[in-house]
Amino acid sequence: MVRVDFLGPIQKAPLELEITNLSELALILQKDTELSQWLSNSAVALNDTLVNSLDVALKDGDRISLLPPVCGG
Amino acid sequence: MGIESLYSLQFVEAEKVLSLYDGALNVPKILQDWYEEEAKSNYGAYIPFVGTVRDEDGIEGLSFDIYEPILESWFKTWQTKAKESGAIIKMAHSRGDVLLHESSYIAAVFSPKRRVALEFIEKFVEDFKASAPIWKYDLRDGARIYALSRSTAIQGSGILGVKN
Repeated sequence: MVRVDFLGPIQKAPLELEITNLSELALILQKDTELSQWLSNSAVALNDTLVNSLDVALKDGDRISLLPPVCGG
Repeated sequence: MGIESLYSLQFVEAEKVLSLYDGALNVPKILQDWYEEEAKSNYGAYIPFVGTVRDEDGIEGLSFDIYEPILESWFKTWQTKAKESGAIIKMAHSRGDVLLHESSYIAAVFSPKRRVALEFIEKFVEDFKASAPIWKYDLRDGARIYALSRSTAIQGSGILGVKN
């Protein structure tokens, strides 16, 4: 099971999904209308490290985070 | 309730260099503490940046969410860069609500000579704005409104939105 957390202003409860790579996650999230404004502008972290490609394998216990646009200070 | 009673501290490599507080920052105390911590460290330059919430566009204040694990790793990368130049960086940021004319952000660089600190503070604050996992909200009529138009997508964003 892979946990997906939606950070900051994305008002969505975490998901627990049976997926093996980020491409599968993209297909699932693209069907979710709640996320339509966030997928194109959010960064993705796997176990708290940012990733730049969907070509990433996932294993049981992995944590994915979606990070929308930031503005500290 | 005093600000000191609310704060929590993060430790990076056993040094008090990244501090997160609930609510507004106590600017004089933080600047003085940092000054005293390094007073005998033989740094020739101490260059702080203090960010203050301005009264504009009718807001009542700002509010912040922070994702601490990635903030800590981002900060550690910068601390490593600073150390390679003989410098150190310290940073404090608020969580939650910060009202008008209060401070939500302080960063400072200490270095042996001024040039390194002047250059580092600019690069650090600019990358902070573009990369640190912190989300800002305007406070209006008691509600938190995400400041999307003033926010920046982190480098590499959007991969989950690409359709095959």
